[in-house]
Amino acid sequence: MHAVHAVGIALLTACGAAFGADYMALPGGRFVSVLPQGSVPTATVPVDIEPFALRTTPVTAGEYLAFVRANPAWQRTQVPEVFADKRYLIDWRSAAQLADDAAMRPQTNVSWFAAKAYCESEGARLPTWLEWEYAASADETRRDARADPAWRRRILAWYERPSAALPPNVGGPPNAYGVRDLHGLVWEWVDDFNALFIAGDSRTQGDPDDLKFCGAGAISVIDRDSYAVLMRIALLSSLGAADTTSNLGFRCARPLDGARP
Amino acid sequence: MNGSGLSRRDAVLLFAAAAACLPIAARAAAAGELPGNSIYQFRPPLTDQDGHTFDITSLRGAPVLVSMFYSSCEMVCPMIFETIQLTLKALPAAERERVRVLMVSFDPARDSVAVLKQKAEAHRCDARWTLARTDETSARKLAALLGVQYRRLASGEFNHSSTIELLDADGRIAARTGTLAAVDPGLLKALRAAISAHA
Repeated sequence: MHAVHAVGIALLTACGAAFGADYMALPGGRFVSVLPQGSVPTATVPVDIEPFALRTTPVTAGEYLAFVRANPAWQRTQVPEVFADKRYLIDWRSAAQLADDAAMRPQTNVSWFAAKAYCESEGARLPTWLEWEYAASADETRRDARADPAWRRRILAWYERPSAALPPNVGGPPNAYGVRDLHGLVWEWVDDFNALFIAGDSRTQGDPDDLKFCGAGAISVIDRDSYAVLMRIALLSSLGAADTTSNLGFRCARPLDGARP
Repeated sequence: MNGSGLSRRDAVLLFAAAAACLPIAARAAAAGELPGNSIYQFRPPLTDQDGHTFDITSLRGAPVLVSMFYSSCEMVCPMIFETIQLTLKALPAAERERVRVLMVSFDPARDSVAVLKQKAEAHRCDARWTLARTDETSARKLAALLGVQYRRLASGEFNHSSTIELLDADGRIAARTGTLAAVDPGLLKALRAAISAHA
């Protein structure tokens, strides 16, 4: 089954999906997230990102179609509602057919479960938030452009645009790592989408609300100027794992050769 | 699966094993289709505190109180156990017998079968309780289905939400509570309703 699927991907790539299932190796290293990472909710500590490989583009509708054909359990007519809501793949013409000219668009209207299943079929996984944020901190020439107000304004401008009915094709300009479309195209699932705001270590017993979270720190953010990234965090945190939206897609990550997924 | 030398014989065996599973699936369907909103649509590989592997659908037919935890958690996780014990105690004995409890660890690296066993004894968990471990990916998926949030810190500790979910006899979430160290009347009411619905 795996071999057949791999051939399908190869054919798609040959048929013009120029950025197909390409992964780019990222070196990782010390990284300061906008979300607090230490035990104190009001201060961040740099984290070490392990080297990993990231898809250069979001998964396209054409690629997702090949996955659904190989795994009919993920057809919109087959999938149980705990794994995907009623809007799952609503942009498709039918259970196994895309809309016209959709093959190179990023596949949106997918749930977290569906995105995970796709990545597993590719021997990959979803990136963690930290991996995504780290990769998305680069502009075309700098690996960390976040301190540049002009870059921030450029990203923010995309979020201010009304979203089109369908996102345009993948294949925007590569950033300094060679990864495309992290900003400006779609929102993207991350593996730990529902754990982003669990921070801090204040294990008090006083307020019953505090007990809902073991270590319920205040929702605090280190760099309040990173509005664009914060909007992503807010969106992801508001979602359930079966939810789908018309501008939420995904890409996959992999360990580098030799490492375990 | 990475083309790392699956021999032809292995492939044939795998295929035979897959085919052998089909009648089991068919029987399960005959016993009543699982609802699309049932948590049991996801079947993680689970191992209990006695080292036995089991299928989550084996819990079908009974109301189940389910939560997730990690054993080295000193503060809130013991309170989850305590809260479930209190809730069970609040039931009339005849009703209590019908309830199952499932506690799944989200720390498979440290929560071995032996650790789970120790934990079950420390919390005086009787035969109604199953403490289980699974792999990291399955733990994350189960947590997503249950609405449980957790994040591993660099220290190896976890920050996590602490809720208890009530599953009905078909594995659908019937109630949820964030109340700890006390019986949530809403949860108790839903639990008794679930018990009488399947009496």
